[in-house]
Amino acid sequence: MATDPLQKTTSPAAATDAPADLVRFDRVVKRFGDHVVLDRLDFSVQRGEHVTLIGPSGSGKTTILRLLMTLERVSDGVIWVNGEPLSHMRGADGNLKPANEKHLREVRRKIGMVFQQFNLFPNMKVLQNITEAPVNVLGLGREEAEERARELLDLVGLSDKVDAHPSQLSGGQQQRVAIARALAMRPEILLLDEVTSALDPELVAGVLDLLREIAHTTDITMLVVTHEMNFARDISDQVLMFDSGRIIESGSPEKIFSDPEQDRTREFLSAVL
Amino acid sequence: MGDFYSYFFGHLPQVWSGLRVTLEATVLGSIVALALSFVFGFMARSRTVLVRGVSRVVVEFFRGTSLYVQLFWLYYAFPLLAGYQLSPLFCGVVAFGMNYGAYGSEVVRGALNAVPKPQWEAAVALNMTPAQRMRRVILPQAWAQMIPSFTNLLIQLLKCTPLLWLISAADLTTVVQQMRDRTGASTWAYLTLLVLYFVLAYALTLLMNALERHAKARLGQRPPARSLLRSRTSQQAAQPEVTAGGAL
Repeated sequence: MATDPLQKTTSPAAATDAPADLVRFDRVVKRFGDHVVLDRLDFSVQRGEHVTLIGPSGSGKTTILRLLMTLERVSDGVIWVNGEPLSHMRGADGNLKPANEKHLREVRRKIGMVFQQFNLFPNMKVLQNITEAPVNVLGLGREEAEERARELLDLVGLSDKVDAHPSQLSGGQQQRVAIARALAMRPEILLLDEVTSALDPELVAGVLDLLREIAHTTDITMLVVTHEMNFARDISDQVLMFDSGRIIESGSPEKIFSDPEQDRTREFLSAVL
Repeated sequence: MGDFYSYFFGHLPQVWSGLRVTLEATVLGSIVALALSFVFGFMARSRTVLVRGVSRVVVEFFRGTSLYVQLFWLYYAFPLLAGYQLSPLFCGVVAFGMNYGAYGSEVVRGALNAVPKPQWEAAVALNMTPAQRMRRVILPQAWAQMIPSFTNLLIQLLKCTPLLWLISAADLTTVVQQMRDRTGASTWAYLTLLVLYFVLAYALTLLMNALERHAKARLGQRPPARSLLRSRTSQQAAQPEVTAGGAL
């Protein structure tokens, strides 16, 4: 990883203490009031890796994705993305201080997220949902953005819904549009937060198949929170088992799903499988 | 009755000029009110305590003091302090604008807060700037929610315009009252005023409903079937299918 061409080594400080992983959580703590959601969490994700976070509800999995998307701020510790601190920025003295909006905008560029409740913009039709940010944030020309949006709608199997309102689509269709919208920003890291949990059972398979295809045909790094264990097994390089804000076990999907070491993991898997 | 209406129709130019004053005060007052609604509504959401505080104080002042007294103040007391006289229409527009702007700011604030938080988060996830989030995502959704409340405020503003009489602006009510004084036909004069204001208010309602339908359609929502006529015709349109299905 030290020879990673994308690794920024311009600043000497970054070269010395910046980790080589694409994403690294460094003793990250997240508290909501007195409630500790994440407790000095350490883990890292390599470029191109697909990491699935499993565990009971309330164990802090979604919080990890929300911290990475900068929807929440860490209470303590540092999150590194591509060798840059995500939650912090370097002050004039070289020390880390909490990030400002400008820094957040800079680091967020690489990261996209798909939400459990889709969160399409109801005031925009399907095509505009997908082109809005590429045009106004990335500065793409409208025609180029629309062409790419049509390609993505083709990929997610909704070419005929270009002019539909989000409210006219089923949950599964809305989630496919949301996936296309996230991909349109060409993220290096894609965060999937229980993306099938709000769907009717018969719509789940289609969305998961789409995500399998994306996982197998792109080099996008993925962090996935899901309760779909077969899906997790299919796409993951690494599975992290969470309980009470800590990773209690991690490893390959074969290892975790077939031969977990922890009783808590076995208990959880037998309950959800 | 005959006396009043022959006088009324014999002096239509006066009626028109009264109507014009009423409409000018309503339109200009509501434009000022709309602008202030957004100014104070956004200020109320500021992170800076001072900005929030200023908005709060202004809003509470105008909500809490009488429009009647404010008009007197602007027209009779202000000139004594400032040394120059404001025109009645200007005073009316300022007073109506400030009052309904204060009420409207609460509408703006509430509607912005009512846009679900995940909409903000989705905009953040797409790396939009705070201004883009507001302008492209939040405001269009909040706007649709503001319109029904704005409709109420607009009609209330219209119905406050007879207060202009206090500061000697010859609005519609003033003109018709003068006709009543000439003819002594109180019943018919006030009945005429009731009808005229109802027609004006209803015209504003229809206009605002059209605006609401437009805003809702942009959100992909079905227009509210508020008109009795519309809901009945749509029911009748659905009827034949049912009977046809039954006959088969």
